[in-house]
Amino acid sequence: MPRIVVDVMPKPEILDPQGKAIVGALPRLGFTDFTSVRQGKRFELEVEGEVTEDVLAKAREAAETLLSNPVIEDVVNVQVVEA
Amino acid sequence: MTELPLIGSAAVADAPLSGARIGVVTFPGTLDDRDAARAVRLAGAEAVSLWHADTELADVDAVVVPGGFSYGDYLRAGAIARFAPLMGKIVDAANSDAKLPVLGICNGFQILTESHLLPGSMVKNDHLKFICRNQVLRVENSNTAWTSDYTQGQEITVPLKNQDGQYIADEKTLDELEAEGRVVFRYVGFNPNGSRRDIAGISNAAGNVVGLMPHPEHAVEAGFGPETAGEFSVDGLGFFTSVLSQIVGGK
Repeated sequence: MPRIVVDVMPKPEILDPQGKAIVGALPRLGFTDFTSVRQGKRFELEVEGEVTEDVLAKAREAAETLLSNPVIEDVVNVQVVEA
Repeated sequence: MTELPLIGSAAVADAPLSGARIGVVTFPGTLDDRDAARAVRLAGAEAVSLWHADTELADVDAVVVPGGFSYGDYLRAGAIARFAPLMGKIVDAANSDAKLPVLGICNGFQILTESHLLPGSMVKNDHLKFICRNQVLRVENSNTAWTSDYTQGQEITVPLKNQDGQYIADEKTLDELEAEGRVVFRYVGFNPNGSRRDIAGISNAAGNVVGLMPHPEHAVEAGFGPETAGEFSVDGLGFFTSVLSQIVGGK
């Protein structure tokens, strides 16, 4: 069953409080190589049958209208993944 | 005023003299609809329960979108509630010539930004914690449908309780809001969540749609809400009397 993966990230200019908390916790576990963390969301949309251009366009539309809020987030990736 | 039962139907047997009908929307996960309905009744209007799946606005004169965690705040606060059938009706009525007054409180404010009735958005508090406190606000615009009973610059105290309360918008939008007098409330003394420019609440250009994170409906009667040395704040009642004045004045 093919899936469409949609990745959503907070906009670069928006401070990501969750990412900030994570980067603060990493050194406590000995992970000292990472200077910044930003946390986003990954959605997996399952499709019955073939992923046509039309279906992919619908996925992009869903990503822009429901899966992300363009005021605070960017859709950074919409990609077909074969199961 | 007749005694209002603490527990019971939000609807009253006898419609109040004002004849004003103010709808209070309930989504799955809404918490503060009963308090909002009570505030409406205390102000002297009839509270009309509206269900998110309703397709008609039941002839109401104004709508309150109350706080809570609609749809568990899944995806983003307010993101799924925005697409409820009733929200489409509310958006149309708010943008129509009739300019239906709409108040969004807390999660209701988040729903109104997700619906694009109000600009900007809320993200997690900058300190990442849920916060619950009595909050002082300054009324920056007393000319909206929901603030006309306050004086310009008046300071009011109402409860604040949220996790995703940090108001953000791009600089251009913030400048426009400031220039057009659409910053309706600002936090005083302490910014509880990192909101840009201490903004606690805003309005649309016409002033009929107002949203804010703090909870006026929890500060409407003695015995409940913020207390200082035995004195209770009823500062929140002005929201509901303001809109009532407008409705009755317009009839």
